[in-house]
Amino acid sequence: MHLHGDKPVDGNAVAGLFREVFALDLTTASLICAGCGAEAEIGSVRVFGGTMGAVFRCDGCDEVVMRLVRTPDGYWLDMQGARRLFARKVG
Amino acid sequence: MPVTDAPRLQWQTAEVREIVEETPRVRTIILDVPSWHGHKAGQHIDVRLTADDGYQAQRSYSIASAPESDHLMLSVERIEEGEVSPYLAGEARMGDKFELRGPIGGYFVWTIATGGPLFLIAGGSGVAPLMAMLRHRAAQKSTIPATLLFSSRTYDDIIYRAEMERLAAADPHLKIVHTLTRGQPAGWTGPSRRIDSEMLVSEGFAPDAKPHIYICGPTALVESSARALLALGHDRALIKTERFGPTGL
Ligand SMILES: Cc1cc2nc3c(=O)[nH]c(=O)nc-3n(C[C@H](O)[C@H](O)[C@H](O)COP(=O)(O)OP(=O)(O)OC[C@H]3O[C@@H](n4cnc5c(N)ncnc54)[C@H](O)[C@@H]3O)c2cc1C
Ligand SMILES: [Zn+2]
Repeated sequence: MHLHGDKPVDGNAVAGLFREVFALDLTTASLICAGCGAEAEIGSVRVFGGTMGAVFRCDGCDEVVMRLVRTPDGYWLDMQGARRLFARKVG
Repeated sequence: MPVTDAPRLQWQTAEVREIVEETPRVRTIILDVPSWHGHKAGQHIDVRLTADDGYQAQRSYSIASAPESDHLMLSVERIEEGEVSPYLAGEARMGDKFELRGPIGGYFVWTIATGGPLFLIAGGSGVAPLMAMLRHRAAQKSTIPATLLFSSRTYDDIIYRAEMERLAAADPHLKIVHTLTRGQPAGWTGPSRRIDSEMLVSEGFAPDAKPHIYICGPTALVESSARALLALGHDRALIKTERFGPTGL
């Protein structure tokens, strides 16, 4: 994953960073925006940011729905902007 | 054998087995990866290069090979000022080793079970994961109707051109349309402009056919194609995008 400040990539591009933290593939998980209620698969949500962190913005209202940041000693997951996340079991 | 949890995603060392010059700016590198548990068409890997001073650069690359293939293939376009692509698409030699992890990204995936029709839209190296889908479809001898609309700069920039010709000639259910945005050979009868709404209508499937749509390549091409398809009435849930970044076509 490598993000260019102003131009987003798709949430799918952050799959590797997610797998550093979670056992399940979160790109197929669905996320509900706390602001506008829009539901989207994480792989489809636009991601902004730098190499250390990913900022997810809702397609419905453009608000930040989730933030995942890698620091030298761990990971921050900020989900203030999300009402719910559902990760499906594989297979 | 004891039952174990899915293996954690680990960095592992891949070795360059073979290199294919696809176009003046794109190379396919065929890799030996010691511990590979298979992938789905459309997934990618992360590559990590480490300099002598310890500095690391990490980038994502789509898997271009079919799940049925014995080897892992990446097709990389050289970005002259880049940190990682000049190595992969230029300096890397047979026997070189570098780190990768994957497969990752279950969202941008197509399998036979996903069904069709399948409408693929690519710009430049964005064709890599879509080629994995077409190779998978061919390996499974699937008759699911499929169309690839592929934008390249010039005729010589068409990645996988010969293989595409072979695939399409042998398969009445597969259509491949090239558009050339920056120069056309004499006698070119195909489209010669960027992908637009009119082209998506004339070459693609109607919204009523409920095609599964995958768009991949430079951010601008991906976004304009997705917007046009939505305006044409295609279902947002059937449109999957993979933006590669700011590549200019
Ligand atoms: C999920 C995913 C899959 C990808 N798969 C592939 C693939 O299969 N093949 C492939 O070739 N690429 C692929 N990419 C793009 C790849 O990850 C890199 O972004 C690309 O190789 C450029 O990296 P770099 O280190 O060479 O350039 P950087 O060091 O990142 O960039 C150097 C300079 O070039 C600019 N720049 C960055 N990228 C581009 C670009 N693409 N075109 C023009 N200018 C650029 C930057 O803004 C910067 O100014 C994929 C990206 C994603 C997110
Ligand atoms: Zn919202």
